[in-house]
Amino acid sequence: MKNFFRISFLIALFFGFQFNSNAAEKAEYLKTDWSFKGPFGKFDRAALQRGYQVYQEVCSSCHSMKYLSYRNLVEEGGPEFSVEQAKAIAASFEVKDGPNADGEMFMRPGRLSDKFVMPYENEKAAQAANGGAYPPDMTVLVKARGGGVDYIYSLLQGYEDPPAGVTLDDGVYYNKYMYGNKIKMSNQLSDGLVEYSDGTNASVEQMAKDVTTFLMWTAEPHLETRHKMGFKAIVYLIILTVLVYFSMKRIWSRIETKV
Amino acid sequence: MSEHEYTPKSKVGKWFNDRLPLLTLANHLTDYPTPKNLNYWWTFGGILTFCLITQIVTGLVLAMHYIAHADMAFQSVEHIMRDVNYGWLIRYIHANGASMFFLAVYIHIFRSLFYGSYKSPREVIWIIGIIIYLLMMAAAFLGYVLPWGQMSFWGATVITNLFSAIPLVGEGIVTWLWGGYSVDNPTLTRFFTLHYLIPFLILGLVVLHIWALHVPGNNNPIGIDIKKPSKDTVPFHPYIVIKDGFALLMFMIVFAFFVFYTPNILGHADNYIEANPLVTPAHIVPEWYLLPFYAILRSVPDKLLGVIAMLSAILILAALPWLDTSKIRSAVFRPLYKQFYWILVADVLILGYVGAMPAEGLYLLIARIATAYYFLHFLVVLPVLGFKERTTPVPLSITEPILGGSPNLAAVKKKDSFKDQ
Repeated sequence: MKNFFRISFLIALFFGFQFNSNAAEKAEYLKTDWSFKGPFGKFDRAALQRGYQVYQEVCSSCHSMKYLSYRNLVEEGGPEFSVEQAKAIAASFEVKDGPNADGEMFMRPGRLSDKFVMPYENEKAAQAANGGAYPPDMTVLVKARGGGVDYIYSLLQGYEDPPAGVTLDDGVYYNKYMYGNKIKMSNQLSDGLVEYSDGTNASVEQMAKDVTTFLMWTAEPHLETRHKMGFKAIVYLIILTVLVYFSMKRIWSRIETKV
Repeated sequence: MSEHEYTPKSKVGKWFNDRLPLLTLANHLTDYPTPKNLNYWWTFGGILTFCLITQIVTGLVLAMHYIAHADMAFQSVEHIMRDVNYGWLIRYIHANGASMFFLAVYIHIFRSLFYGSYKSPREVIWIIGIIIYLLMMAAAFLGYVLPWGQMSFWGATVITNLFSAIPLVGEGIVTWLWGGYSVDNPTLTRFFTLHYLIPFLILGLVVLHIWALHVPGNNNPIGIDIKKPSKDTVPFHPYIVIKDGFALLMFMIVFAFFVFYTPNILGHADNYIEANPLVTPAHIVPEWYLLPFYAILRSVPDKLLGVIAMLSAILILAALPWLDTSKIRSAVFRPLYKQFYWILVADVLILGYVGAMPAEGLYLLIARIATAYYFLHFLVVLPVLGFKERTTPVPLSITEPILGGSPNLAAVKKKDSFKDQ
């Protein structure tokens, strides 16, 4: 048993080493306290609502959110807007529907069941409007980047003047956290860009943190349920393991061999 | 064996059992005499059975919601993650379950290597095990393609392209595998079909694996032949059942930790980007459990030879019972083999590490040395060691610490006396 644990420990150590080596390939990201990290992590409801505002007012003019529906905004574990608020949000968008009885497509106000309205008709239109670069869909963006939330949070604040010797083409910007340091998205955040209804000071840092929190939720809408269920599952398993351990000892005590 | 004497007590039971001896089978499984000194490394067989069943059950549920179409696969996975009740749980169990399955199978294989479980009379168990391992790798690879993310798509492209290394017919085979001229919808649909099929093939082979095990019975940590049943053995139920159960629960705690708290750490971030044939990811890496073989593949400069090296690295294991010439099974009594065993473990871990790194400079050099050593271990070290190594005395039985027992006592004694002269 002792040997078993010793070797298991070595295996664990090896894996820890592997993950670290995967993570540590880029410049050190900016750090902040994420409320959703750790086994008991939860989303900060107010930050999610503010983050939605930043997404809506800043990001959504280029970045789609195609796997999210307006009804998700109401769901438990998310920004938890009231049904009325979410209905109003949905209704503020025009959704293409149809065909109607005459075979015509028509526009109508959005409903809770609608998916988030896309900023562009299709990928080509998005590229045409953005100098050839396709603004990635944001629904699972934080899971689609190696550095996760820390990367997105840093990138939003990583715009700098290019160092001497680096020349940038038209429509290309310098960002110290971007892979290759060249990015086709210009700096989007500036202090006071949005006006938070809860009176929070809209500094660049605050907005970056809020919108990244929102993106974490869009990528993992069931994170809170997962954390809660995980705690219960693991506590249950530990208790059961202890009970089974003593049963095992009891059974094996019938013979002389140790277990 | 005891099952021949078994007759059910009830009349109905006897009537049924005479026509289909299911009760005899159940009796055999519960009474199955098992060496009493099996340590926790022996619990991974049961754990692997659990892994297989978990993958099949969660996989069935996922297949009810998944859409195998190039335009809809990625979206349907997101649908599972968001809108299917507890879909995220089922998918994370399935995805991390693959990693857990491989973690367990590697421990199971290395346990066998340490205690010489592949040696006579258990060669057939071992070879069936190698086939299961190969099928597992195929199933894992096919399954990784199904979410149709960037790594799915490009991983599929890289691996299927390996077949193009075959002279003359290679290109034709690749087109045939793809069902077209690139990885596309026909590739996805056939990969899905095969991914669904393989676990059931594995299940069948697992039955054979266990059947073949029940003929000679379990090997054990001191690797000696034991009389069954005897005071060296315990009935499978309740002794081994409860012990396997305890180990399984500990394994499930680790499993649960991954599923609930770090569900994406074993996967690659790029697989959350929808497949795009026009954009190649910066580094295409397979899942961690395939990395050692990926390192071997890349360490050979020639494509065809690289593929051959990678396949040989797996197939060489099937020849292991004949490459290892030592008559002593357990490494406990083989002081030299024990050292080489740990060097091999380190070698495979190093291969895994460099497999994840870009194939250039120092990494490539390390990969080449480690690859060379891998083959050296099986082709040179093991055959020679059997003749040269001076083993320590083996006990006669598990319960009685009398030395001198060994599977081939005469042969070992002869060798020892030869060296004494």
